Order: sequence, then structure tokens, then C-alpha cells
Amino acid sequence: MYLEMKNIVRRFPGVLANDHICLEIEKGEIHGLLGENGAGKTTLMNVLCGLARPDEGEILIDGMKVEFGNCLDAIKCGIGMVHQHFMLVPVFTVTENFILGNEPRKGARIDTARAREMVLELSEKHGLKVDPDALIKDISVGMQQRVEILKALSRGAELMILDEPTAVLTPQEVEDLYRIMRSLQEAGHTIIFITHKLQEIKEITDRVTVLRDGRVVGIVRTKDVEQVELARMMVGRDVVLRVEKDQHAPGEVMMSVKDLRANDSRGLTKLKDITFDVRAGEIVGIAGVAGNGQEELVEVLTGLRKQESGSITLDMQDISQLNPRERMYAGLAHIPQDRQRRGLVMNFSLVDNFLLGYEDLKPFARGPMLDYREAEKFASKLIKMFDVRTPGSQILARTLSGGNQQKAILAREFQRDPKLLIAAQPTRGLDVAAIEFIHNELIKFRDQDKAVLLISMELTEILDLSDRILVIYEGEIVGEFKSGQATPEQLGLLMAGSKKGQM
Amino acid sequence: MENEKNRKTSPLLALISPTQFILGVLLAFIAGAVFLWVFGESPADAYGALFKGAFSSKRYFAETLLSTTPLIFGGLAVALGFRCGLFNMGVEGQIVLGGMAAAYVGYAWELPLLIHLPLALLAGAVAGGIWGAIPGYLKAKHRIHEVITTIMLNYIVFQVAAYMIAVGGPMKADNELPVSPDVLPTAQLARIWEGTRLSGGIFIALIFAVLVWVFLFKTRLGYKMRAVGLNSSAAEFAGIKPGRMMVWAMFLSGALGGLAGAVEVLGVHYKFYSTFSPGYGWDAIAVALLGLNHPVGVVASAFLFGVLRSGSITMQAIAQISKDIVLILSALIIFFTATNQTLRPILERLTLRLDTRRAK
Ligand SMILES: Nc1ncnc2c1ncn2[C@@H]1O[C@H](COP(=O)(O)OP(=O)(O)OP(=O)(O)O)[C@@H](O)[C@H]1O
Ligand SMILES: [Mg+2]
Repeated sequence: MYLEMKNIVRRFPGVLANDHICLEIEKGEIHGLLGENGAGKTTLMNVLCGLARPDEGEILIDGMKVEFGNCLDAIKCGIGMVHQHFMLVPVFTVTENFILGNEPRKGARIDTARAREMVLELSEKHGLKVDPDALIKDISVGMQQRVEILKALSRGAELMILDEPTAVLTPQEVEDLYRIMRSLQEAGHTIIFITHKLQEIKEITDRVTVLRDGRVVGIVRTKDVEQVELARMMVGRDVVLRVEKDQHAPGEVMMSVKDLRANDSRGLTKLKDITFDVRAGEIVGIAGVAGNGQEELVEVLTGLRKQESGSITLDMQDISQLNPRERMYAGLAHIPQDRQRRGLVMNFSLVDNFLLGYEDLKPFARGPMLDYREAEKFASKLIKMFDVRTPGSQILARTLSGGNQQKAILAREFQRDPKLLIAAQPTRGLDVAAIEFIHNELIKFRDQDKAVLLISMELTEILDLSDRILVIYEGEIVGEFKSGQATPEQLGLLMAGSKKGQM
Repeated sequence: MENEKNRKTSPLLALISPTQFILGVLLAFIAGAVFLWVFGESPADAYGALFKGAFSSKRYFAETLLSTTPLIFGGLAVALGFRCGLFNMGVEGQIVLGGMAAAYVGYAWELPLLIHLPLALLAGAVAGGIWGAIPGYLKAKHRIHEVITTIMLNYIVFQVAAYMIAVGGPMKADNELPVSPDVLPTAQLARIWEGTRLSGGIFIALIFAVLVWVFLFKTRLGYKMRAVGLNSSAAEFAGIKPGRMMVWAMFLSGALGGLAGAVEVLGVHYKFYSTFSPGYGWDAIAVALLGLNHPVGVVASAFLFGVLRSGSITMQAIAQISKDIVLILSALIIFFTATNQTLRPILERLTLRLDTRRAK
């Protein structure tokens, strides 16, 4: 046995995140870690990579007991981790991030030339192409992830922990990641892979450990189990993995977008005169590779970014000149793509986070004061309805598990009871049960004759939920399909700009 | 085991911030003792004299509370700015300006007490507030960093203040001193402790600490400011206007600074002169830091800095130890409260462990 974690216990205020967990990892395997949101996966991995100390339990490597005071201790034992939320410096180049904390020196100075070589060498060796001179903030999330992986490799990581690496990737990038993982496995590395997507578990892992509620509920060889069994193990009941929805006749036009043109922050045109409608009782999906203008579209629609030209009407009202708050009151709600930056105030309590956007409304606003008794009631209601796993509403949002942070945002935005909901990657980071729940909520919402604009990189999600699909490529709508008319292949081709293609 | 799982969060966690505060102070005093010892002084004598100077007589204690007063206001000013993500380094200037405005209303206008005193205080607050709002506006509109603008605005105030009471200056009194005329009795804060200089200002300061607490944690505007301070992208997303909040926060912060000056002038000196504040505005930054930007913490740390200030004078007189040691102590306190932030997770784990043990 290469690595053993024995009876690991880790507590947080009001939560037993890891309850005597035992995990065994064999040398050279890709080991999946599966579990509901808040089951304790990230916590367990933080213990393993030295970021957190266990309250009880021990870690053995090759039968020898080890103790990690910090990440450096863990990396010395060959354990490296790529976190759910990356830890790179956005204004540094790839090379600079790569050497951060481990700089090669020439005298007292940093040997940048040597550092650059190191990056190239390593990326060559593992087939992980990166541009050593690009700034982190200018490269795609997939690239950033490669930098994290390279960084761990350069420190001599034998065991690589990947915490939900695919949640932020496009399908193409996921394929690339598989390739990288396989080549690492061939080179003798061991990988622990966390994901909520069962087909990914089936596809890439050798064995999988399933957690529920802080405990291990199963360890299986992947090829011996079906996806539904995995889902049952982790949730404790049967989960419907496919969306079931009835036909619903769309009504009047709810939102109408005309000739919308907008730039990104660097002044490049990102939306080129886009025109489309969303009707009441309709889910419109926008399919596209990340970076083709979806972000700008959402920002312009919600009022966070000014359009260059064009108009937006919501329920017959021209909202193009309104500010975000006025649009919210006009009936627009928005689930942001970036939950930690836009969605939540991480150092606010959960109650305070639920109040965002409600603070000037009855019954919470009382003259200049906020009625926290009402807010508490509201919070308990949302926590219950959306099954946010938390010891209470006074807990800081920062301490919630990734998926539960997402659920908190969803709860708040659904509760606005908008006419139109803009949902950008609404199920990112959610477990299968939560996804089932959210998909049902979206469909219920539609069935009440409201409109949904769904932006997702998950093609299956788009295909399953949408009544109509628009394909966006380089800031233009390049295709439109009715539900059931599009195949993934067709969409894929259009998303890649057919022939123009990407590299 | 199930039991343990359903447990609510620990009440002990509420003790972490006070512990952090006390630990910071304690470590600073220990390190200060080492300094004293290295310099060949007796730490016991020095600290003895320090505390004697702050507490040993009615008059000394009143002086302690007297310097605590502007430090509470100043600390609240800095803390309020911090809560909105803004570093108000201009409190010293706001104090001087507030004092100047309050003095002017105090001596130049003749009004009945019930109107005159509040009006003079208000004048100080508004003057400080406007002086704070300028950097707030520059930050919101033009992204000019408030640290730079607040410091620069300080210098403008200092020069204007000197000019006002210089020979021929518009606020100069009819005598040889570089001071303003005396504030009329109707605008003076009453002395509340016979035989001392202590005025009712200390109560006003405490009332404002409560008000700031209510404002920050119970009002809509305070909520919005905190949201902007912690994550302005998310606040903006929810329809809060970060720029507007910044201007408001800096206005209120400046107003608190202005009040510090007004209370000092109307309650202690009864006249304006350009150096009436012995650097309260600078200490205020340390007060807010040590107080973890919480009104309760600010009051506690303002009192501590008040002790240091008034005690140091006596310490120098009795024990012949330079009062500069107090500067070293203040610096050490800041140093240890800053480094103490890293202790926080450890303290959290410790309480948790204590709590599990207690539950068993
Ligand atoms: N720093 C923290 N402070 C307090 N509680 C925490 C902290 N980190 C995690 N928790 C709690 O521990 C539990 C397990 O969280 P963890 O992040 O390990 O879940 P997870 O399995 O990674 O979930 P997800 O799939 O949503 O990422 C959660 O209930 C969470 O609220
Ligand atoms: Mg996680």
C-alpha cells in the first residue's frame, strides 16, 4: 500500500467534516473520490496535503507514519494538490507563478532564464503545453490549471490531488486533462481525482472511494459498478440522472435583445450585434466555448457592463439604460458564473449573504434599519429549501463547501421570483442530487411561464434542459435549434466555428 | 457520535477576538520589558510608574480618560473606513479641521446653550466629513488611492490652521498668543468631575461607539458599506453602488475625526490652536487595528492608548524614563496585533478542542 489515511477526524465549529475516515491509495492508480456537497472531500485532501491538521488519525506512506505541519512537509513526501479554487497570482506570468516560493537563484537574484527553461522542460516532458511568458489573468482556466499541475510536478509531487479539476473546464479541456492524467499515470504518478460527474469517474479512475456525511460508505473497483449504483451509494437513495421534462408551450416574448454590441475590458469587441428573444415559459440555452462573449453578454444584460449599442427589453420595458439594481427590481435575477467573486461575500455570514439585493426591500428594510429577525427567518427557509449543508446561518460563507456555496446563491436568486432568470453555469460544482434538484427547479420555474436564459459549458445540460438552443461563436449567434433537433456533434462543430476552428 | 454531529457552533468562539486583543497587548508589554532591560532600565519600575501615572490619583485618571476620548472618536473613524475597505490616514487633519470649525462657531456666534453646543459639534463633524468625503470621491470617481489623498489633505489643513491663528490671521485672538478667541460658555462642554479637566466628551464618545456599532451592523447603509468593503464585485453585482458607498463611508469617517477635534476644543482647551492635537489622529490608526475595527474593541484599545499617553508623562517625571518608551510600546502593540492574525486559526482550533472535551 502506497498511502494510507487511518481514522482521520477533522472538526469544524458545529461540523464533523471527517468522521474516522480511512483511505487507501495504491501506487500508480487513479483513485476517484466521490461524495455529496459537504461530504468532506476537500477537507480530507487538505489534511493530506498538509494544509490542515487532523484532530485524530494518522497518515502512512509506504507504511511509515508521517506528519505534516504545512504544505512544504507534504510536498517533501511527494504529495501535491491542485485546489478547487486556484492559488495563482493573476498579474504574474506563468513562469513567475511557477517558481513562486521555490525560486532558482543566481547569487541573490532570481534566475529567470533558468526558471523559464524549467517550465519549458517540464511541460515538454509531460505534454502540457503552456506559454511561459503569458500573464495568468490572460490565459484560460484550463491553462491556469496546467500551470498548477506543472507547479506541483516541479516540486516533485508523486501523488497528485486534483480537487474538482473538471468543474471549470470545457469538454475539450476535459479531454486534454484526461490525456495529461493518463500520461502522468504512465510515468508512475498516483492521482486522487475528485469530481461530481459520474461518467468522469467511470472514464478515468481505477478505484473509487465514496464519502457521505463525513464517513466512508464504499470502496469499489470502478469497472465493477454502474453510475446509478455510485449515485445511490453517495446520496443514499435513487437519483434520476436524466432530466425529465414535459413539453410546454412558450408564451409572449419576455426578453428581447436587439443588435447588442459590447466590448470587453480591453476594448475588444466581444459581442457583435447579437439579436435574440426569450419567451415566457421557455428555457433558452446558450452553447459555446468559454470566452466567446458569454461573460460579456451576461454582464451587459444584468447592467454590470455598458453596451456600445443595441437595446434590451424585459417584459415590454426598455431596460438597457437601467443600473443593476433597477434591472433586478424590473424582474431580472442572475446566477453568476464566478461564485467567489460575484456571487458571495465570502467573509459575510450566510444571513448577510442571503440579504444581498433584498436589503432595501420589505420586510427586511425598516426605515434605515435592517430587520435581522426577518432575515434569520428568511435564511432558515432558504437553507431548508435548498438543502444548504451548514451548522447555522451565522457561519461565514467562506467555510461552506464549494457546492454548498453554489446552493446558497441559487437559493437567493430563485427566491427573487424574477420574470427572467439568467443562469450561468448553475450546477457547477454540485453533486448529482443537487443537480437533479436544480434542474427540476428550473423546469418548474419555466412551467410557471417564466423565462430562463441558461449559459453552460456542459453540453448535456444545455441539451437536456433547453427548449431552444443558441450557439455563440466569437460574439455572434451562429446557430439556432429547437429542443431535440440538435445533436452534440452538430453543436460541437458550430461551437468550434466549423472550419475556422480552434487549434 | 451523532450527538457530536448535531452540536451547534461553540459559544467559546466569541472569546477569540478578546483573546487576540489581550494576547497582543501582553506580548507587547513583555517585549517592551525586554527593551527596557536591554537599555539598562528596570521594567518593573517603568511599568509601575506608567500605571501610577495613569491611575494613581483622581487627576491622573481623569487625564487618562481625557486622552481616551479623542482616541475613541479617531479609532471609530479609522475602523468605519476600514469596514468599507478604505484606509483613512487623514484623521489627524480631520481632527484639526473639526476643532477649527467648532471653535469658530463657538466664539463667533452668540446662541443659547441648547443650540450653540450641538451646532458647534455639528460644525466640527461636517467640516471633518467634507474633508473625508473628498478622498472618498476621488477614489470612487478617479481611482486615486485614498492613502495618498488623505495624507496630502492633512498637510493642507496643517498649513491653513497655522495661518488662521498667525499674526493677522482671520481667527487670531486679540493677544500675543497664536490662538483663537475663547469659545463662549454656551458652546463649552461641561466639566463633569470636580477638580479635573474631564468633560462630558467621554460620554459623547461612548454614545458614538454604540451608534457606530448600530450603524455598521444593524442599518441598511452600514450593511452595504460592509459588503463593499469585503467584496465590492459581489456588492456591485447585487446592485449596491460601491462608489457611492465609498463617498459615504469616507464622509462618516471624516465626520468622526472632526468630532474628535470638536470635542477636544470645546471640552478641554476652549480655544483653537494649531497644535492642540498631540497626534491623536495617528494613534487612532493603531487604536482601530488593535480594536479589530469593532466599536467595542476600539473603546477598549482607545482606553489602553489613553493609559499609555497619560501614564508616560508621569513615568518620565517620576522614574526618569523617557516617555519615548511608550512609542516603542505602541509600535510593539501594533506589531503583535498584526502578527496575531496568524494566531487566529490556531485559537479557533484550540477552542474547538476545549469544547469537544467539555462536551464529553
Ligand atoms: N474552514 C472551515 N470552517 C468551518 N467549516 C468548514 C471549513 N471547511 C469546511 N467546512 C465544513 O466541513 C464540511 C465539509 O466540507 P468540504 O469542503 O470538505 O466538502 P466537500 O466534500 O469538498 O464538498 P463540495 O463537493 O461541495 O466541494 C462542510 O460542511 C463545510 O461546511
Ligand atoms: Mg470541495
